[in-house]
Parts: sequence; C-alpha cells; structure tokens
Amino acid sequence: MLAALVPLAQAQSSGALSLGEIHPVAAARGATAKVPLTMYVRSGFHVNSDKPNDDYLIPLKLTWDKGPLGVESIDYPAPQIEKTSFSDKLSVFSGSFRVTTNFHAPPDATPGSGMMTGKLRYQACDDHQCLRPQTIDVRVPVEIR
Amino acid sequence: MRVRHTTISIIEGGGPTIIVTRSLGLAVVVCVALVVACAAAPRLTPVKARKLAPDFTLKDANGSTVHLSDYRGKVVLLDFWATWCTPCQVEIPWFIDFERSLKGRGLAVVGVSMDEDGWDAVKPYIQKRGMNYRVLLGDEGVAKQYGGLDALPTTLVLDRDGRIAATHMGLSDKREFLDEITTLLDSRSAGNAGGAGSAGAGAK
Repeated sequence: MLAALVPLAQAQSSGALSLGEIHPVAAARGATAKVPLTMYVRSGFHVNSDKPNDDYLIPLKLTWDKGPLGVESIDYPAPQIEKTSFSDKLSVFSGSFRVTTNFHAPPDATPGSGMMTGKLRYQACDDHQCLRPQTIDVRVPVEIR
Repeated sequence: MRVRHTTISIIEGGGPTIIVTRSLGLAVVVCVALVVACAAAPRLTPVKARKLAPDFTLKDANGSTVHLSDYRGKVVLLDFWATWCTPCQVEIPWFIDFERSLKGRGLAVVGVSMDEDGWDAVKPYIQKRGMNYRVLLGDEGVAKQYGGLDALPTTLVLDRDGRIAATHMGLSDKREFLDEITTLLDSRSAGNAGGAGSAGAGAK
C-alpha cells in the first residue's frame, strides 16, 4: 500500500525555495512519526527564519491542515545570523535545511492511507532585493496501520 | 609594451620620449575625464525613448483616491516597496529627505506599498518611520501593469510628462537618485513648459 503512494511524493517548489523529495509516512495507531522536510534556498538568496528579529519581517512558517495525523510540534533549525548590505543581524536560513514535524496517530484512527496537507510560507531576499512572500502547498502521503 | 611601441612609431622628428610622455599623459587625462563624466552623469533614458508610466488609481492612507496622472507636471519618484522588505527600509530615509528638500522644486515622492496585509500593516509603519510623502496601497492590478513587481524595492523616476526616465530594481544609491531627480527638475517638460505649476489638484 505504501509503495503505491510513493509517486504522490513529489518535490514542490516556488520561487527561491524548493522542497526536497517528500517520503510517505507510516504510523501505527497511538504512535508518533517524524516527517522531515528538506528545503533548498536558491544560491545567493536567504529566507527569514521562523523567528526573524524584526516584527515587520515575514517568518518561514509551516502549517498543517486537519488530517489523519495530529501535529505535536514542528522543529525548525537554528537560524544563521547574516550580515548583508542592508542589515547586520538578519536571522535567516540559506542553503539547505530541514524542518521536522512530529505527528501522532490517534489511537482510534482508522487504518488505511490518507494525506496530510499543509502550507509553507516564506519570504526570500538576496543582497539587494526581496521577493514577494510565497506559499508552497505541502502534501505528505500517510498510511495508518 | 605593444601600445608604447605603436605610439612611438607614429611620432616623427626629434624628442620622441617627451612627446610620448605628453601623449600618454594626455590620454590618461582624457580617460580619467571620460570615466568621471560617465560616473557623474545620471543614467536617464533619452527623452525620445521614454515610455509613459502606466496610469493607476489607488487609495492613500487617508482614503483619498489618487491617480498617477494627477502628478503630471511634477518629477515623480515612484517607489514600490513593502514593510517586510529590508532593503526598502534603507531607501526610505533618502526619500523622506528628497521630499523635504526637493518638493518645492517640483518633486513628488510617491510610495506604493505592496503589503498583502493592507493598511493594518502599512499605517503603523508610516508613523514609525516618519514617512512624509504620500503612500498608496498597491494591488495585483498595479503589479501587473508594472511587470509583476516580483522583487522590491522597484523604483521609477518619472519626468514631468509622466514618462519613465529611470528604473531601479533593488537597493540603489542615494546619489544616483539625486542626480537623476535634479537633472529632471532642471529639464523643461516637453509637453508643458509650465512645469510644476501644472500638477493636478490631487497631487500632494
């Protein structure tokens, strides 16, 4: 069953950031499952971290819709503090990094396959300009056993 | 080495060393003068090649309707920006300075915010930064008119006839803006020799 879901796990991208391959997740009822999402930022660009140090900046944020799995927590990596021509203390992610979601399968979940859907919002800049905020749809195939 | 040899070969008569030195010196002076002249001259699009900036109708922070064409007769610094755009933050104090010092000569600075969160995000920012020029709230229609505006800041300098004389994509240079603006302020309008006095009533 899980193998049949693999073709659905495709890399998704938008603008300056792309998602790596998304692997289907299998979880037993009552158990937890980690889903790491690898993200690649286009060379020369950075995206704001999940905690930018200016209230006006748009943080990178992963959100999940209601689905077969519940969300326990989302782990973002430690940000880099970058110096640019316009700021000397930007809290950013660049290159490749990983955001991990800790899901749990409810004990009373119905066994079978399903899909977790979510959105990744981010805003990217390079050394002299910023791109408008983007949102990527994220889809993770799920099998509950 | 090859250059010096070529120079010597075209010199006839006595004293080639002195003449060569003078020729090289003159060449250096001419080159330096050209470089300085090119660096100092604003990179404005020639008048005949300028295109009319697309007109738009947007609201300002007071709810007033503003048409870009209201500013005909003024030199306009049209800045597309957003509160989340850090390089835009660098330029805003320059534009505040231009509005203060050059408004009387016929400059109008107009900011168009591309914030998706609208005035809730923009009004406090205007207050916090002390923005003394008119700010409008942009929309997708305006973005489309101006090529998508995928990257900010994007700043246009318009001549008194509403034509695009210069375009700056990304963080630019204050001196460059100033040179362009003052050159345009000193130029006569092709369509109206009256200049700044012909600005529409809606222009701030």
